[in-house]
Formats: sequence, structure tokens, C-alpha cells
Amino acid sequence: MCLAIPSKILSIRGHTAEIDVGGNTKEVNIILTPEAKVGDYVLIHAGFAIQVIDEQAAAEIFEAWEEAYAALQ
Amino acid sequence: MQPYNNKDHARQLLERLHQEAVRPVAVMEVCGTHTVVISRTGIRAALRDAVTLVSGPGCPVCVTSQGDVDAMVELASRGLTVYTFGDMMRVPGTADSLETVRARGGRVRLAYSPADAVAHAASRPAEQVVFLAVGFETTAPGVALALRQARDLGLGNFTVYPAHKLIPPALRALLDREEAKVAGFLLPGHVSTVIGRQALSFLARDYGLPAAIAGFESVDILMAVDRLTEMMARGEVAVVNMYPRAVREEGNRLALDAMWSCFEPCDASWRGLGAIAASGLNLRDRWRDFDARCRYGVSAREAPVRAGCRCGDVLRGKVLPPACTLFAQVCTPARPQGPCMVSSEGACAAYFRYERGDGCDRGPEGSGDAGPR
Repeated sequence: MCLAIPSKILSIRGHTAEIDVGGNTKEVNIILTPEAKVGDYVLIHAGFAIQVIDEQAAAEIFEAWEEAYAALQ
Repeated sequence: MQPYNNKDHARQLLERLHQEAVRPVAVMEVCGTHTVVISRTGIRAALRDAVTLVSGPGCPVCVTSQGDVDAMVELASRGLTVYTFGDMMRVPGTADSLETVRARGGRVRLAYSPADAVAHAASRPAEQVVFLAVGFETTAPGVALALRQARDLGLGNFTVYPAHKLIPPALRALLDREEAKVAGFLLPGHVSTVIGRQALSFLARDYGLPAAIAGFESVDILMAVDRLTEMMARGEVAVVNMYPRAVREEGNRLALDAMWSCFEPCDASWRGLGAIAASGLNLRDRWRDFDARCRYGVSAREAPVRAGCRCGDVLRGKVLPPACTLFAQVCTPARPQGPCMVSSEGACAAYFRYERGDGCDRGPEGSGDAGPR
């Protein structure tokens, strides 16, 4: 139920975005993520984008963990 | 998305977790999707000596009360067009499930999105359409948007059965009642995406418990568990966001605004936990015309669960699925006796498929070719 898939936005028309889902395309409502742009990855849940994925934040947490692991070796 | 499934990272994390463990600590994971991923990837078993991951009431289908299920089945039996998320179809009510009603000719349809139900209502004005609004804070904003759309379209034939539930009050109830004897929590990544980290900070502030918000890939979960055990080892009490690519401090304000514009908190009955104050969502007065319970005079009544069914105890983390005498004997994915076995995110279904100790993945139907995982 909390299943939400990160999907890339291919095009936007008003509040509707066409997203790439494993090679197929699908339309979703992006009214909850007005900052989303073509090329962004958004989290889709039950036909609605609920967040734009912040890859920068992802990279930072990963680097922090990798440093911590390296320090243990 | 590559690093989150990276096997090397996963192996390193598992190694570190085992090194750090003095004795197994109990952590509750409160998200149905986490329950399944943790079982399916073998994380639960792999961490057994270090961390005991106990499933909590994180599956919205599973915590829907028997009374609500019966009311939904009643609506489907009245010739209405009922749209539901797939997992609800086979949940056994007292006499029937949505699926058995459909088999007898009831118009029960699968919804991928509440927008599907609105579209159907718009294109078929002769049908009365009801959407079964089950789900946590992840789902409720979308239902609110669907309601707005129905109103904008002037639809007189669309209603919802409100059965949404809120996670923070359930966590408080578990802790206040001392149900959850755990040292920390793994928190749901997508509920948190909507409500924000700050909505969960009460776990540290009011209960002195550490918690980590986790994403859904194996490395996400392991990183969150690792951070949790690190906090426990240091006596650090905080609610940390280990899913920053999706979860912000304040969540998604637009989603929350949409949700609160249509809904207000109400007391709700949770399977297994009983009544929890302010843990459900009711339609606000100005949206009452869209409430299927009012329009059709249907409501949830106290209803007993199947004899022997321990879904309630499983949902509170009191017992593991195998402790239920029905588990894997009478109750299987093919013949479920309760929602925890029906739902793709139910703990019993996850244990049946992935935790039966012989290394065999029984696949989504539970009866696929057995083979080593």
C-alpha cells in the first residue's frame, strides 16, 4: 500500500505528467509536486506524485555512510 | 537508484550490525512494505542475532476493522459500483468478501488510483460509484484530490467510504498501552514523505525512543537499522531521517493541506488495537455529501473475527505469525482467514512466503514451485 515507485518525468501538461515506468509510459497527477520538472524523478503513489526525489540528499547520506564504514576498516 | 540494491553495501552493513550487537535488541517496523521487503530480502533472518525486527500495525488493509469490511461488502451487495485497492478484495468479512460478492455479479472494480473511480463516475452517470478509501497518510491526500475533482465536475454519483488511518496516534497508543516492548522504531518512508520527520519526532521527545525513517530498498533498510543500533549503543535518542531523498523535515505541505481540507481526525477502530482516539479520518461537514455511509445508511458495526484468527495480536507485535494455530494450516494465501494473510503487505503473508526456514521462496501465491532463494 505504501508502494511508491520512483519514476522519471518525460513530459508535463498542466497537472498531468507522463512518466516512464520500466519502458512503458503512464500518466500521473503532479499537482502535489508543482516544482517537478521534465527529467526529475518523482515518487508515485496511487496515481499521484507525492515527492520529487532529491538525489543530492541521497548522495550525501551515502557518502557519510561510506566514510563511516571506511573508518572501521 | 543503483546503490540501494548494491549487494556489497548490504553485506558490509550486515557485517557491521553483527559486530556491534551485544545482544538482540527489538525494533518495531511499522510499515507493511517494510515487513515484506525485510522478509523477502532475508534481512529479518540475517539480523536475528543482532536485531529482532518485529512487525507492527503498518498494513492499512490489515488494520481495517471487521466492521468496516462488512460495511464495504454490504455496499458492494447493493448494486453500487464499488472501487477498491486490490488488497481489500479477498479480505474475509463475517459472511462474504468483496471478491465473493463480485463472483455473484456485484460490480466491484480494482482501482489503481482514486482518480479511476472518479473517471468511472463521470463517464457513467447512471451508476452510483463508491470508492473504498483505505490507506494511511500516503494515500489520503490523493483521495482528497479525487474528491475535489468530483466536486468540480459536479458529480452526484460519487462517494467514498472513509477508512483512512493515521500512523502517529497508533504509535502513541502502542506505547501508552505498553504494547510495544521495543527499543526503537523503523519508520515508514512514504507516510513520512507526506507527514515529514517532524511529525514523528515525538517518539524521541515524549517517549525517549530512537527511531529511523527508512526507504524501501535493502540498503535503505540496513542503513536505517545500522543507524538505529548505533543510536542505541550510544544512548542517543533522536528520530533520524535515513531517507532524505524523499522525506523532508516538514513533509509535503500541499499533500497535507489537501488531506486536511477534506478530512478531520476522528476516533477509529483498528483491527488488533481496538479504538484509538483521533487516529482516523472523517469527511468534514462540507464534504459530507460525498460520504457513502451517510448516503446509503451503512456503517461499521462490531463484528467478531474468525475463531482462532490472531491477526490482531500479530498487528500489535505480540506474536509472530507462526504462533497462530491457523497459520499455514487452515490459513494460507490461497485460503486466507484474516487480512494479514490476504494483504500483499501482511505479516502473515510475508512469513508464509519467506520466513518458513527451509530457504524456499514460495512466490506471491504461496504455492509456486519451491526452490532455493
